[in-house]
Amino acid sequence: MGSSKNNGKDNDFKTDSGIPLKPVYSEKDIDDQNLGLPGKPPFTRGPYESMYRGRLWTMRQYSGMGDAAESNRRYKYLLAQGQTGLSVAFDLPTQLGYDSDEVDAQDDVGVVGVAISSLEDMERLFEGIPIGQVSTHLNINATAPIIFAMYLAMAENRGLNFSQLRGTLQNDVLKEFLARKAFIFPPGPSVRLSCDIVQYAIDKVPEFNPISITGFHVKEMGASSIQEVAFCLSDAIAYCDELIARGLEFDRFAPNLSFHFACGRDFFEEIAKFRAARRVWAELAFDRYHAKKDESARLRFFSGGSGAVLPAQEPLNNIVRSSLQCLAAVLGGAQSIHVMAYDEAHSIPTEDSVRICLRTQQIIALESGVTKTVDPIGGSYYVEALTDELQVLIQEKMDQIERDWGGMIPAVVNGFPQREVIHRAYQQEKDIESGKRVVVGLNKYTTDSKSSIRIQRTNEKAALLQKRRVKQLKKRRNAAKAKQALEKVRLAALDAHQNMIPVLIEAVKSYATVGEITTALKDVFGTYKDPGLIL
Amino acid sequence: DGHDKGALVVSRSLRDSGFEVIYLGLYGKIEQIVEVAIQEDVDIIGLSILSGTHLKAANRLIHEIKKRKNRKVRTAIGGIIPEQDVSRLKKIGIDVVVPTGTPLSKVADLLRASLVAKKMTRMNMK
Repeated sequence: MGSSKNNGKDNDFKTDSGIPLKPVYSEKDIDDQNLGLPGKPPFTRGPYESMYRGRLWTMRQYSGMGDAAESNRRYKYLLAQGQTGLSVAFDLPTQLGYDSDEVDAQDDVGVVGVAISSLEDMERLFEGIPIGQVSTHLNINATAPIIFAMYLAMAENRGLNFSQLRGTLQNDVLKEFLARKAFIFPPGPSVRLSCDIVQYAIDKVPEFNPISITGFHVKEMGASSIQEVAFCLSDAIAYCDELIARGLEFDRFAPNLSFHFACGRDFFEEIAKFRAARRVWAELAFDRYHAKKDESARLRFFSGGSGAVLPAQEPLNNIVRSSLQCLAAVLGGAQSIHVMAYDEAHSIPTEDSVRICLRTQQIIALESGVTKTVDPIGGSYYVEALTDELQVLIQEKMDQIERDWGGMIPAVVNGFPQREVIHRAYQQEKDIESGKRVVVGLNKYTTDSKSSIRIQRTNEKAALLQKRRVKQLKKRRNAAKAKQALEKVRLAALDAHQNMIPVLIEAVKSYATVGEITTALKDVFGTYKDPGLIL
Repeated sequence: DGHDKGALVVSRSLRDSGFEVIYLGLYGKIEQIVEVAIQEDVDIIGLSILSGTHLKAANRLIHEIKKRKNRKVRTAIGGIIPEQDVSRLKKIGIDVVVPTGTPLSKVADLLRASLVAKKMTRMNMK
């Protein structure tokens, strides 16, 4: 019980998501029954029995810039510095289905990620990188079917068996409509394409996680941790229902689903969030989907450090923030981690700033000792109480979506989660302005001195070369073959029951480009326009 | 680009502090934005850019406005703008630059100040 001396100040002690906190927690606050052991349902303490004792999380820095050659150099640098899995960042034109040589793309080629317009670009990107041995995360959504087709075609050209390929596709279009906004086609066809990938991959590319159902961008947009997990898992329900409607058994695809969460600034709430998410998913798997295998109920996730809480002011402070985020992800049991660079609010990372991200992970992994036993935080009165509380609140939010909207797709189409999130984002900005929400170096303990950090600049030369390259490719290739392949793409798109991946692999092999394939798909599916809610 | 949190939050804030806001949404083409802005007879065109293409966008924006011989409208750009680029944007002709971290109230103040400056310029020209 709070002391009356506090005069109601106890109300000021809340988690980032607004959960009121007691002055102290004790054994009375733990429900032991929910704890279990790591590797056993409901996986509160971790999805695997040995966790980091058996194998460290994958150190996977999101990266991409300029043209394929420039990104290839950066990937080799990262691998040499100890990165253990690749994570490809694509430029906006590639994400939105434009070729590098298109007028609409001109300012954005190679700016926020690598420009990939053709199979040739993809092969250049992985030049000298053994894709049969390195795990690759392809952060692509609306154009995921095309990019995945290129990755597979590249593997074929190298004489690799698809079963040798390990990695993940983000491929989560629902969160695009909700938060990330790099959508192309309307929700229906988008989900179809997403599920075509999943269905194809569980059969032909079994070591790949064909989808990474993502809460990250929802949190970055301004959601609480409760909303992040609730919306993410509600998206998962929508995908699972679609796959089941196609005749797939839950146990057939569920083990290959993966998840992606942000790691924000409330240290213990984030740890508890990851544990609660595993529990909610396990219950969902067994109760709603009648999973028969433990693997179907095991939530595995990638943690992306939150960039939204890293200000531009006094950027080196962000190394501290990112370290805390990384530690929370480790204590929360992440399978794969990306640490945000200190210059996140300035530009994409330099070699130096991304190296510090890797070192952060390596220092935590190899010097701090936290990996020497599984789930060292388990049994903490506070963390377990918070995990229980979060589980209840997440479930309540998910129930609300089901009850009031009939699921996540109708909810998103009607703008419900978006309104909730932007309302909270606005409130948070006002709290920063008033000083209620402290951001050290921004609204408290500030200096007048300007930061003088070196930032990564866009490689204009590489962008120009890339534009020329794509133009030349379109002249060089067998135009008739490409045209034929595109027609097949269009016909396949018209048939809702045809899985598009085989036809896309053929198309990319004939050097049909990202832009051309997208245009063919747009002709059939149409495009989606964001309603632009302000509230 | 697709990250519209800043644009939405600033739009909401400006609306709440008395501005009339016409929000044109994501991935706008500069030519179309300027066209609509002039049709609607706005005082200020604001762009939110997080992708690093602010200098190019600024050049296009000023070019499109000049092309239409419009002397009234003011311009503002916010988002991920490196320190070194703030003065570059001003040189290109952008009236208000609000990099990330600028308090919402300051955004409103700077926009209002740009309108006063415009009025004063007009008065001085009479």
